[in-house]
Parts: sequence; structure tokens; C-alpha cells
Amino acid sequence: MNGEAHLILTNIDSVPGRQIVQHFGLVQGSTIRAKHFGRDFAAGLKNIVGGELKGYTELLQESRAEATNRMVAQASELGANAVINVRFTTSSVAQGASEILAYGTAVLVE
Amino acid sequence: MTSVELWITLGIPVVLIVVGKVVGASLERGHYRSIVDREARFRARPAISTKELDAAGLVQSASLAVGSVVVSVDHFKRFVSGFRMIFGGEVRSYSSLIDRARREAVLRMKESKPGADAYLNTRIETSTISSTAGNEGMGTIEVLAYGTAVHYHHRP
Repeated sequence: MNGEAHLILTNIDSVPGRQIVQHFGLVQGSTIRAKHFGRDFAAGLKNIVGGELKGYTELLQESRAEATNRMVAQASELGANAVINVRFTTSSVAQGASEILAYGTAVLVE
Repeated sequence: MTSVELWITLGIPVVLIVVGKVVGASLERGHYRSIVDREARFRARPAISTKELDAAGLVQSASLAVGSVVVSVDHFKRFVSGFRMIFGGEVRSYSSLIDRARREAVLRMKESKPGADAYLNTRIETSTISSTAGNEGMGTIEVLAYGTAVHYHHRP
């Protein structure tokens, strides 16, 4: 995922080995993706034999990376250099479309 | 209604179920072999569900590790589970699917940060995926695993 180079992301209450000096509060990023018709068709065929649906895996990975990037952008705008306690959630908004949300607490570590 | 039409309407689902059984079972065996293999390779780098580590203070760096997978059941299992829905009880054909998906997601999480010494606060989330038609929601799931990958200072 982009942005990870200059921002530290963790899903625990701290950045291990670093001291938190300032809190900036909640930051979040989300995206809603609809499935591509072609991918849906290919997945339909794959459904016969079961197993991994690579098209969907990639689609959701891209969306999650996008949501993370938006969260990271918000955090760096605030002057943070780390986001702690990152959580991901997925919810379906409509048939064939799902929202992916990433949120966390923006902090400054020394 | 000719007998040809009857054969086609009855035959296609039966063929799909048989193909699903044969190909799906062999894919599942292959997948389990690969899972067991890769799990053995990562055994010394555990994914733990707590936030604390016993070696606090020795951490050199931390970063987020994420892994996900979307899997679906084959036609045969979907057919068998249909019967199970009538009588109730454990749907075993789906247990193996979810087991595979979870283990695969955790492995992918580990593989996204392969050098880490441990993965703290590992979370596993499962969500169902519905098609645009809305009728295939059953049997297609996404599993997401994420945690904090930490590197320890190398001990002398």
C-alpha cells in the first residue's frame, strides 16, 4: 500500500518502541466499489468448481488500499506521522456494491 | 416438450454438480497441501491475538500487515447444503470452505510482511459477497486478516 513509506500504521494502541507525543484524533478513509460486469461473469463460471475468486480478491484489495490511502492522506494533512489502532470494516450498500472503511487514530511519534 | 428438452433441463444442473464435485474436491486437496506447507514455513513467526508482547522494548519497527481472499463453494457442496437446510444441523461442506479461507488470509497477511518476527493483535473479519443478481450471496465470502507486524532487535 502507498503512503506506508512515510507513515507508520499499526492496529495496536501504540507504536512499539516509539513514544507518542501528540494526538490528532480520528482519521478515516472509505470507498464504495461496484463490481465489474466482466469480473462478475468470470466469477460465475468459477463458482461451479469453487475455490478462490481472484478477480474479487483483487477488487477488494484495491478498494482497501484506496480507503487506507485516503485515511493516510487525512492523517498527514494533520501533521501526523503514524496512525494507530487501525480498523477495517466492510458493509454492503446495495446489491453488488460494497463500502470499505479504514479508520484509526492519528498521532505524532518521536 | 420433447425428451431432448427434458434431458437438457435436467442434465445441465447434474453435469454442473458432477463437475463441481470432481474439480472442486481436487482443487481443495491442492489448496490444503499448499496451506499446510506454507504454515510450516511461518511457524516460527506467530500471529497472536493479543496486543502485548512478552519482549516489550525489544521492538525495532512496526507496520500493518494485511491479507485477504475471496472464496466460493463448488456446485456439489451448494447442492448438498441445500438438503442440510431442510433438516438442520451442521453444514460440514461449508466448514471446510471457511477454514481454508481463514488460513489462507492469515498466510497472506504474513506473506505481506515476510520478515516480521510476530504479528500482534491479529484480527479476522468475514463478510459475504452478493452478486449483482443478488442470488449468489450464499457460498461466496471474503476473509480479511490484519495485524501489526513487528521486528525485534536481533539478540546477541
